[in-house]
Amino acid sequence: MNVLTMTILIFACSLVAGLLGSLTGLGGGVIIVPVLALLFGVNIRYAVGASLVSVIATSSGAAAAYVREGFSNIRIGMFLEMATTAGAVSGALLAAHISPSAIAVIFGVMLLASAYLSSRPQPELFPPTGTNRLAERLKMKGTYPVGQGQQEYEARAIPFGVGVSYLAGIMSGLLGIGGGALKVLAMDQVMRIPFKVSTATSNFMIGVTAAASAGIYLRRGYIDPALAMPVMLGVLFGSMTGSRILPGAGTRALRIIFSVVILVLAFEMIYKGVTGSL
Amino acid sequence: MTKPLGKTWSDERMQRLIGNLLRWGVLLSAAVVLCGGAVYLSRYGSTRPDYAVFRGEPAELHTPAGIVNGVFHGSSRIWIQLGLLILIATPIARVAFSIFGFLLEGDLLYVGVTLLVFGVLVFSLFASH
Repeated sequence: MNVLTMTILIFACSLVAGLLGSLTGLGGGVIIVPVLALLFGVNIRYAVGASLVSVIATSSGAAAAYVREGFSNIRIGMFLEMATTAGAVSGALLAAHISPSAIAVIFGVMLLASAYLSSRPQPELFPPTGTNRLAERLKMKGTYPVGQGQQEYEARAIPFGVGVSYLAGIMSGLLGIGGGALKVLAMDQVMRIPFKVSTATSNFMIGVTAAASAGIYLRRGYIDPALAMPVMLGVLFGSMTGSRILPGAGTRALRIIFSVVILVLAFEMIYKGVTGSL
Repeated sequence: MTKPLGKTWSDERMQRLIGNLLRWGVLLSAAVVLCGGAVYLSRYGSTRPDYAVFRGEPAELHTPAGIVNGVFHGSSRIWIQLGLLILIATPIARVAFSIFGFLLEGDLLYVGVTLLVFGVLVFSLFASH
């Protein structure tokens, strides 16, 4: 296989990853690293570097569309970004001291966790009952479009949500993923923010989180331009397409489909990591 | 139910501006990466890829200054890297822009929050080792 063929194949896979990642809010990076490492035999450090770049493309490319829809909440996003960027720097610094096999195993476990989280049935709305003093003071509340009107919401359990966000940042920096699964978990499960607001805000945050670790990866020489090129372009095109169909998409069915793909890749990553054949 | 909560006019406007800023940044980045990539593939498309062994990228591809300096006498790879650098800069620009947005709204709490996030990003790209 020559460079041209490999570039085209990687572009095609990245296109699908970007589309699925955008529709589920989990980010294209969740499957980019396993696909590059398992199907194309790319060294996991280069794979993580290319994935990080694609994660930024996913987030920044879709941001305009999410903003237009009125789902994302910039204050909640920015507040949690303090935790995710700090985590991303920690994770990127940690990555240099962990062997590729260990990273593969951690990646597999992380994928399993994502698959589990996204396969759980979730109610779409969490109308606030009473007020939360911390959320009021930090202005971590808002409204989002539902049918004809606007639905109000307010963040709960903010310190716990910040903790989960820091963990999401570490995973992002270590594995080159957007950490979208954990960010959505922090917002819709922990902080009780409506699912569509959580996904859109998570997508908004992912780029900033990934940029915090991408800087470190770039300076370490982990970002290979020839490999990152088809990954970035493919994921970007896929995610922009995905963001156009978000409001009408049935989130549950998509999450299940994506979870199955993730599950297969997860076991393969753990197996290859444990046997040291990666 | 229909009363807007925690969302002002300038908040909406700021978000729209940021969204457009990001889109243009990403499109510019994609165009540069695409051009560099096309030249790269026309030169090296028929060679054998080698990403299985990790060697690390050459030093001039490591730093923002190195990439910008290398662009005018550099290879197609450095052009792709410039595009990637523009891409990495889009969320950083978004954060910088948000600082002014919150300042205009007089929301000092979030000016502080955003400054902290901006500091971490600048450290990572310019000061980390």
